[in-house]
Amino acid sequence: MLIIRNLKSFYGYLCALKGVSLHIKEGEIVTLIGANGAGKTTLLNSIMGLVSIREGEILLFKEDITKLSPPQIIKRGITLVPEGRELFAPLTVMDNLILGAYHRYRKNGKARIRRDLEVIFERFPVLKERRKQPAITLSGGEQQMLAIGRALMSRPKILLMDEPSTGLSPVVRREIFHIISELHKQGTTILLVEQNAKAALKIADRGYVIETGRIVAQGSADDLLNNQEVKRAYLGKEYKKVWE
Amino acid sequence: MSLGNQLLQYLFTGITIGSIYGMVALGFNIIYNSTGIINLAQGEFVMLGGMITIFLTTVVKLPLFLSFFLSVLLVTLIGAIFERLAIHPLKSPSVITLIIITIAGSILFKGGAMFLWGKETFTLPSFSGEKPIFVLGAIILPQTLWILGIMGGVVLLLIFFFSFTRAGKAMKACAVNRRAANLVGINVKLMVLFSFALSAAIGAVAGIIITPIALMDYDRGTMLAIKGFCAAVLGGLGSNAGAVIAGFLIGITESLGAGFISSGYKDAIALVVLLAVLFFRPGGILGNKEHT
Repeated sequence: MLIIRNLKSFYGYLCALKGVSLHIKEGEIVTLIGANGAGKTTLLNSIMGLVSIREGEILLFKEDITKLSPPQIIKRGITLVPEGRELFAPLTVMDNLILGAYHRYRKNGKARIRRDLEVIFERFPVLKERRKQPAITLSGGEQQMLAIGRALMSRPKILLMDEPSTGLSPVVRREIFHIISELHKQGTTILLVEQNAKAALKIADRGYVIETGRIVAQGSADDLLNNQEVKRAYLGKEYKKVWE
Repeated sequence: MSLGNQLLQYLFTGITIGSIYGMVALGFNIIYNSTGIINLAQGEFVMLGGMITIFLTTVVKLPLFLSFFLSVLLVTLIGAIFERLAIHPLKSPSVITLIIITIAGSILFKGGAMFLWGKETFTLPSFSGEKPIFVLGAIILPQTLWILGIMGGVVLLLIFFFSFTRAGKAMKACAVNRRAANLVGINVKLMVLFSFALSAAIGAVAGIIITPIALMDYDRGTMLAIKGFCAAVLGGLGSNAGAVIAGFLIGITESLGAGFISSGYKDAIALVVLLAVLFFRPGGILGNKEHT
């Protein structure tokens, strides 16, 4: 469904991605794990067209989307739940959600969007309760739900999620991961970027490990969970424990 | 004339001129919200609105009503073309580059107007006669009522636009968080174009309705822009309610100062008020607390 080949992206002169290749099949949940600064967010931003790409290509359903602008990419069915949520803070929950469907007003009309809004409210009842409140008054977990809800309003074929569990309490974090696996069960294709490698691998089908702009390991989620190198670097196990 | 009457008279004058400052400030805000820049050509949109209407009524001899709308339309177009030619082509400009471009635009518009219409001062007939209305011993010109009415209409339209229409909400979204706006599929660059067109239109309206009272020449935009800028900063950059309130505040202070102290200090008073407020509330009256 989504194929990335030999992607190289730069921030100014700084090479952030040094030839990344990966693919996502329909209905899959794929996770990308790696430390801070490894290039996870850059990869997502490159897919969305927010970062200029020097080399390589991104194919969505065999169509080349490498050079498209963010609005064009959203129209083709990829939506990002950005790191730090990036809500429209002073706008109401309702307005945030409606703006999520911005690109398909002309095509789908108000009635369709109203129906989708009901679906989102069913999934996140707390958002319905707070629909008239400004987004900034929500708790961290609720804000993350709103960010996910806003992304779903665009009816994405692939949902990219950038560290959705960051900055949340363990209980809320578990809830967010539960929501993600629910979405997956209902058929949404997801690329999940996480620092919390263990939780991400538990709900994922496959995973990639990225280190300083390169993919250094890949495989099924179970394989990666048992991979010695991954255990050492990302699952918080000491050398000793692994090798003893 | 008793002191009370005088006070009332200055108050009316202040409210009239204040609503013009408020409208200019609204123009500043709209562009500031969508781009983060201060459009220093805003005053020239005001001047062009007045000058083009004068041209259409006196030279082309169109009726005032028609000239009004045609002139607003033309200035809107000029604003949009200015954005497409001067702002849009830049790839990732810094804010200061953009502001300097708007200064260049301002000089260009001013020069063009001087070239076309010369340095004379022109006027327009009042929209509905010159017969003054007496209220408690003070005089109100019918044009004052037009100014207040049109300003009120513009504010209501803006409120409607930003709270109930899709394009308005998208513009607001751009102002709040450009990155997120881009990520939900809003074409931010198109919104910048809209914002230039919209503030050019508001500027033009302000220029047309003030001309029968304050006259108009090629150079009049600069001072109006400075006062409007004062109002925008005083109200808190980006806050539309603040812009309107601060516009009235500056207009009234200025008129009282000119009346009771000396009209020579008229222009200084707005700036003194601005400085005083910025010392004590750097974010403006209704400004974002983060800026303070």
